[in-house]
Amino acid sequence: MAGGLAAHAALAVRMTGIHKRFGAVAANADVNLAVQTGTVHGLVGENGAGKSTLMSVLYGFYQADSGSIEVLGKPATIRNADDAIALGIGMVHQHFMLVDTLTALENVMLGAEPHWLLRRADAQVRGKLQALMQSTGLHVALDVLVCDLPVGDRQRLEILKALYRGARILILDEPTAVLTPQETEQLFDVLRVLRQQGTTILLITHKLKEVMRLCDHVTVMRAGRVVHELPIAQASVEGLAEAMVGRKVHMGRVDEVTLAPTDILLQATDITVRDALNVVRLSGLNLTLRSGEIVGVAGVSGNGQSELLDVLSGLLQPTSGRLQMGEDTFDASNPLDPLKARALGLAHVPEDRHARAMVMDFVAWESAVLGYDGLAEYAQGGWMNHGAMRQATANMMERFDVRPRDPELLSRSFSGGNQQKLVLARELGQRPKVLLVGQPTRGVDIGAIEFIYAQLRAMRDAGCAVLVVSSELDEILALSNRVIVMNQGRVTGELPIEKCTEASIGLLMVGDAA
Amino acid sequence: MSTSHPLPRWADLVLLPAVCLGVALLAAAGVVALVGQNPAEVIAVLVHGAFGTARGFSYTLYYATTFVFTGLAVAVAFHGGLFNIGGEGQAILGGLGTGLVALWFSAFLPTWVMLPLMLVAGALFGMAWAAVPAYLQAFRGSHVVITTIMFNFIASSLLVYLLVNHLRPVGSMSVESVAFADSAKLPGMHEALAWLGLEWPASPLNLSVVLAGLAAAGVYLFLWRTRAGYHVRAVGSSASAAEYAGIRTRRQVMLAMAVSGGLAGMVGMNEIAGVHGKLLLEFVSGAGFTGIAVALMGRNHPVGIVLASVLFGALFQGGAEVAFEVRGFSRDMVVMLQGFIVLFSGAMVYVIAPMLAWVLAPRSGAAHG
Repeated sequence: MAGGLAAHAALAVRMTGIHKRFGAVAANADVNLAVQTGTVHGLVGENGAGKSTLMSVLYGFYQADSGSIEVLGKPATIRNADDAIALGIGMVHQHFMLVDTLTALENVMLGAEPHWLLRRADAQVRGKLQALMQSTGLHVALDVLVCDLPVGDRQRLEILKALYRGARILILDEPTAVLTPQETEQLFDVLRVLRQQGTTILLITHKLKEVMRLCDHVTVMRAGRVVHELPIAQASVEGLAEAMVGRKVHMGRVDEVTLAPTDILLQATDITVRDALNVVRLSGLNLTLRSGEIVGVAGVSGNGQSELLDVLSGLLQPTSGRLQMGEDTFDASNPLDPLKARALGLAHVPEDRHARAMVMDFVAWESAVLGYDGLAEYAQGGWMNHGAMRQATANMMERFDVRPRDPELLSRSFSGGNQQKLVLARELGQRPKVLLVGQPTRGVDIGAIEFIYAQLRAMRDAGCAVLVVSSELDEILALSNRVIVMNQGRVTGELPIEKCTEASIGLLMVGDAA
Repeated sequence: MSTSHPLPRWADLVLLPAVCLGVALLAAAGVVALVGQNPAEVIAVLVHGAFGTARGFSYTLYYATTFVFTGLAVAVAFHGGLFNIGGEGQAILGGLGTGLVALWFSAFLPTWVMLPLMLVAGALFGMAWAAVPAYLQAFRGSHVVITTIMFNFIASSLLVYLLVNHLRPVGSMSVESVAFADSAKLPGMHEALAWLGLEWPASPLNLSVVLAGLAAAGVYLFLWRTRAGYHVRAVGSSASAAEYAGIRTRRQVMLAMAVSGGLAGMVGMNEIAGVHGKLLLEFVSGAGFTGIAVALMGRNHPVGIVLASVLFGALFQGGAEVAFEVRGFSRDMVVMLQGFIVLFSGAMVYVIAPMLAWVLAPRSGAAHG
């Protein structure tokens, strides 16, 4: 773009005085946002800060209660996504909106077929797409079914789809959540090229390092309001984090007295898992967990980490292999199950809070005893001691600062962070020897993340063996004493924390030997 | 966050069902008026027939007793995440069990042995009949809705076969067994009250109404006070979370269906032991299906089920009175009214609840403006 005549004319998006209420909650309150053409603009904030609502207003999913929108200098009324697309706004959702059983090409043309004969349409779209891929560097195999494309390609396809429809303004919602560090780097290269070509990019994210690397401007939202807006040159990760949470936070590693890990508490030997379709999910995996250490499991989601947690907690019977916990050995002839595991002092904070960790239709105190209802303090024979359960839940809520402190509230009514704190309170409450944690801070606000990290470190310091599975590399680096990297069901590497860098782990994540 | 306010608890539990019932009555009144009858008269006769006399009220409670058993059966399965459509068949088998032990043993066993034996036999037969679909669901993945429906047909055919070919006395033309001896007779309410010196008109109402009350209390205790009930509810709400907790989900499916079938199997205590005194066809006559409506309306809670059972009992009894008293009003009109009640308290409740919430929502300070 030739240099703007006036700052005003160079604005791609200008949202003024946006208000949006849901019932009693003001999701957006008097939000102003100005995005300059040809820049990457970061939009950061905690869950529920209102950034998704704001983008939904821009993309036509919601109508603002009041306020005005200008797109490329002209007042715009955006009633639905079609209006947004017509104005040159494209959106790439965090969960891809692709049809798995169609090819990449068919996905791009779906709903925008240029000719009623598919063969003609096909040829026209292919020509345009190839030109587009050439100029942007977004290469995707067009004739492959989407279900066979790797995640990174699917994301490139989503961006291509938006560009094909004439997007000049691109909204990306948490685009790097599913990518390896290398894929993230490739994505950023592409976004830089697009910026050069004059595309405006709105990046919704909670990864502040990425904001610092890519964005030109950043807007911070908190509790439905814009609390900070500044050019990137004046921003810092610490400053942004503080603006997001409203107080000082410490997210990085804590300087620590390293205790030498001692006794082996859990040992997995040669674990192999095949699923119902006979696909190998875990392949000859060996793992040792010692007292007083946090072991991080890094890897792109879906490379066997979930199966590993399920096997170690007794939820999934491995096809072959052996588990050793203290004196007890478990294998096909003596399978581990969650009851036995708990009895031996193994606690498990599952990855999937909604499906596993809680019964969402139970009130809080019923979920807070899930898996522990047989404890002597909770039960007399077959009868439940409701009073003791309620009291224990109230104590858990007090200790882990679960809000609101109401044991009678339905589990689903709590926010993600508070649900996670209640689950942690339950699992840490019985002084486990081994603690398995999957995605400890998924969907959890920054303020609560700090607290959860402190709890996990405290468990380690108390002699617990902690295994943390996370798709957030920063989290692995912040917590672990030792890092295991998984790819396609195998351990591709194991590094002490001192030798860990994003690059070294990233290479192992895609399966290259370090 | 949703745009509507949740209903306060009292409104959800008391007001909402009342409003649904009122709307259903209004709709039915409209139809009654359309066919040229006077809705007010019909309602008056219905209410009087069901509650106006001791005799009528007894009939209402007699019908309600059966519905409590089948309604509870549906509710227990529902809390285990299972839709048991087989209450009808399980009640038939339960009645068969109750009747068989009565036929075999009532000639020489005393009442105090006989009646508990009949109860246990009924519950066990119902349980066994529910256990097969439960097993197929838990271990073989056959959907319990389909299998329980099929088992209804099998149960009814089985009863016909046994009655026609084995239990009917030689030379009798009617398809029923011989009468049980007196020791297999559950005392009627009028008899029981007469022992206490109270006078009460004769009716089919019998002591199984007490049993129904105990069953409702038992179901409450089971589901909300025992660990077994907690496990059943956990599996019903989230099987994956239950597995994570170490609850054996298949076992809970078996347990929920067994309790469910056992409850349905107790219907025989009312109809066979309490009223007919012999085994016959058609003693369940759709009560298994009415139980689904009862559980739906009673929100799968024992208290709600008892209240809904009394309502449906009143409709049965009052409806019979209306068909008898009001010229040109057939029983089909009563069936229509039941249909409206099921419609409004089952399906339309999701339409009515938000309206009610809107009416009850606290208005902001601008209300005066």
